[in-house]
Parts: sequence; C-alpha cells; structure tokens
Amino acid sequence: MLMQEERPAQADTSVILTVRNLESYYGPIMAIRGVSLEVREGQIVSVLGANGAGKTTLLKTISGVMDPEKGEILYQGRDIAGFDPDKIVRMGIVHVPEGREVFPLLTVEENLKMGAYVRSDADGIRQDQEMVYSYFPILAERRRQAAGTLSGGQQQMLAIGRGLMARPKLMLLDEPSLGLSPRLVKEIFTIIRRLNREQGVTMMLVEQNAKVALEVADYGYVMELGRMVMANDARRLMESKDVQEFYLGVQQETQRGQKRWKQKKTWR
Amino acid sequence: MDVLQLFVSGLANGCVYGLIALGFVLIYKATEAVNFAQGDFMMLGAFICLGLTNPQFMDLPFWFSVPVAILIMGVFGYLVDMVVLRRMFGQSQVAVIILTIALGFVLRFAAGVIWGHEPISLRTPMAGEYVRFGGLVLGLSEVMVIIVTFLLTLVLYVYFNRTKLGVAMQAASQNQLAAYYMGIPVKRLHSLIWGLAGMVAAVAGILFASKGSIEPSIGLLGIKAFAAAVIGGFGSLPGALLGGIIVGLIEPFASYYIAAGYSQITPYLLLFLILVFRPHGILAQIHSKKV
Repeated sequence: MLMQEERPAQADTSVILTVRNLESYYGPIMAIRGVSLEVREGQIVSVLGANGAGKTTLLKTISGVMDPEKGEILYQGRDIAGFDPDKIVRMGIVHVPEGREVFPLLTVEENLKMGAYVRSDADGIRQDQEMVYSYFPILAERRRQAAGTLSGGQQQMLAIGRGLMARPKLMLLDEPSLGLSPRLVKEIFTIIRRLNREQGVTMMLVEQNAKVALEVADYGYVMELGRMVMANDARRLMESKDVQEFYLGVQQETQRGQKRWKQKKTWR
Repeated sequence: MDVLQLFVSGLANGCVYGLIALGFVLIYKATEAVNFAQGDFMMLGAFICLGLTNPQFMDLPFWFSVPVAILIMGVFGYLVDMVVLRRMFGQSQVAVIILTIALGFVLRFAAGVIWGHEPISLRTPMAGEYVRFGGLVLGLSEVMVIIVTFLLTLVLYVYFNRTKLGVAMQAASQNQLAAYYMGIPVKRLHSLIWGLAGMVAAVAGILFASKGSIEPSIGLLGIKAFAAAVIGGFGSLPGALLGGIIVGLIEPFASYYIAAGYSQITPYLLLFLILVFRPHGILAQIHSKKV
C-alpha cells in the first residue's frame, strides 16, 4: 500500500487543514507515528481504520485535547499544534467526541447553549439553535428533557447539534455511527451530508464503518497502527482491492466488540 | 414553646452547617476533590469580617466589612486553587485530602497569630436584639441566619440554572471531557468554584459569628458539616443544606431530651445509620458518572 500516489488535481478548492508528520503519545505509547493529511474546504474527508489505529488520537491532537510530540497542524495557514481546546474552538474547529459525550443532567437546550459557550452573539446563537432544531426536529420536541434520558441516536444528534452551535468551519466527527442501528446510521450520515452542503461545514470524520464513511465522503484516508497507509478519492478507495478486502468485507462482529472493549479499558 | 425555641435555634445552627456543607459539595461536584479546609475557610471568613469591623482592629462599619470579607474569601479560594491545587493535578485523591487538611492547620494557626486564640465576639448591629412573634422571643441574629441562608440558596439556584457561567459549571462537573471539547475553560471554572466556595464559607462564618463568639478552632465545625453533607447526599446541593439542617435540628433536641455525653454523638449516629441504610445520602443524584 502506497501513500498519496494518485491524488487528483483539486485546484478549485483551498486547503483548510494540513497535518504534517504528526506524532502523539499516550504516555509511553506512540499512538500516531508521523501522520500527514490534508482537508479541503467544503469537503467531507473520512479517515478509516480499525481500533487502535490512532484515529481518535489524531482528532484529539487536532482539537487540542492532546498535545503532539512533533509535527505541524496548519489550520488556515496557522500552526495550531499545542493550542488549548478553547482557543481552537474559537478559531472554528469543533470536535464531536466518540460515544455521545453529552451533559446528562442538563436539558437538551442547555446542552446546545453550552456548545455556543465561546460565542457571545445572542441573536446568532438563537438562530443557530433554530437551525439545529430544523435539522433534528426530535431535539426540538425534547428541548426541556435531560439529555441523559435521550436514546443513543438522539444523544448522537445532540452531540452533533451541540458541535454546530459553535458555528464551526471544520467539524471533527469521531465515530458518529458507533452503537447505532443501520437505519439511524443512515439518517445521521444523510444529515451530515446536508450540513456539509447547506451550511458549508467542512467535515473530517473517523470511522470503522468504512462503507457509510466512504459513501458520504469526497476524500478518504486509511490509517493503520498510527500511520496513513492509503489516500485517495472516496470513490476510488471504495473500488480499491485492499479496502474492499479489509474494510468493506465481512467482519466478525464478536471479535470487533471484544477489541472495542479492550480499547476502552486501556485508552480511556 | 420550648420546642419552638429549640427548633429555631437548631434551624439557625443547621443553616450554618448547611452552608459549610454546600462548600464541600460545590468543590466536590466540580473537581472531585474534597476540601477538608472548608470549615477553616468559614473561620477565616468570620475573622476577616471581625478584623475589619471590631473596634480593637480596623473599626470599619459592619455593612461595609461584610461584602469586603466575602470578596476577600472569594479571591482567596480562587488563589488556593490556582496556586496550590492546580499543581496537584493528576495526583491521587488522598494527596489532595491531606493537602487540604494541612491547609486547614495552617489557616487555624495563622488566624491565631493575627487575632489571638481567645474567643472574641463580632460586633454586629443584630447583637442582643430580639424579635417577638406572639409569645415567642427569638434572637434577631438567629432569624437573620435563617433568612440569609434562604436568600443565598435562592441566589445560588438562579446562578446555577439561569446564568451561562453557572450552567457551564454544571456541565463541566457532569462531563469534564465534553466541556473541554466545547471550549469551556474547565481549569478556570474550577478556580471560580473554589472562589465561590470561599464566598459561601465567608457568609457561613459571618452568620456563625453573629450568633456568638468565635476562636480559630471553630473551623473544626467543618467535620460536623462534612457529616451533614454525607447525610444529605454528597454531590447534591439541596442535599447539603438539608443535611445541615437535619444535623442542626437534631443537636438541641438531643441535648434537651437525652443525657449529656450521649447527645453529642447523635449527628454521627445518624451519619452511621445513613451510611448503612442509604449510602448515597438522602437526596442522592442517582447516575453513574463517566470517567
């Protein structure tokens, strides 16, 4: 597998995020080992990979929750590596974490308001709240309900909606399909696509569910053991033999489940 | 009539315990640390107010000293977190507990050096005044304690549910990681919570001082307040107040009806029973917190 061999010319859109030779550690363990990638404005970029590939670490390093050991993260031409998360959110990058980390005892509406914590334009916040409700009508129905009482799919919607409230230019989505039924996965990804098209939010998402992730994406990367091993147009990646065999083929659910459990135990 | 008299004085004591317990719970909920110096924060708040007001010290007007003392304690709490506690980040809970216990000792002795170890009374306009309700005679200071506690609870309720900063504090305590992701400056909020706990402690201290004399060791009241917080349900703000009031009410009745020597143990006996039969406390918020 080769790196970035057949990148097609895409001169019409500008690059919003460039990551160069990024290295991050979890304590003594090197979780990403010299990753480079590009995200173009207005696109959806998917990063695929199995558990432990370093996808979440990559997102955490970009959003400033973790500091990189080496490498550059250029956002709109500025190196943001090692910035605090609140500064990065203010600059327009929002990270929607894995596993719907909502504020369980706050209401849906309060959760959304917290998404807009770094903003102070009351009118804009109100408008964006209505915008979020228009994409996720179920949240409007439940606006006075505690977020912890929502179903998994609704919590995922709330997490995405809360991220939108920061009015991001770039949204980092960590496993939006995790633990959801196929129908809900489809619904969520349709909305992700619409948000990208209609609100102009650039999306970078990491997924194990390679099929949906590539269907929705413009461009894709494949990560293995902390390194990028493939990069191409999403459609071409889907046609690639390796991707078909390793990521689109039949996967054993039980083994995956066990791996996920192990990962949770050690990484978090 | 005796019963009512006991009830009011117990309630007033309970309010003070409740406010100290509130400080414990505020810090615990937000930062998962227990500040065992909370009682000494209360003592310090009382002494700062006394130092500003009393004629033998600065002799300033009472109504000027009160807000100043509260403000000083707020800044003090903020700085304790920023300068001391933040360095303990990543250390075990036990280390933080020992640190705050040590801080309590330091405060107690520092107060002793500045204001002396003898009991002193705070000069307040309420001292010696009485209110009559029918045949009932109540100390004005006791009535004040109850009213102020009620108002402070109301203010805190509005603060935590209606203001952006208050809701953000709740959010950060419910899911710290998600708060980081949303750009909420969690560390600064922790310091602000310590500041808030310092201010609440100052109010508790001033109220306590208005009812009688104070000395540097009154901070040990914090132990009783800690019991109150556990009884009410550690982690619940209304629970802390409720626990405080329960402990405050039990004491005078126990000493009235039960032989001396046994009556003092009643708050702890209650704590024991609660821990056995309802370990999460009376008003526990039942939800498992993600780490």
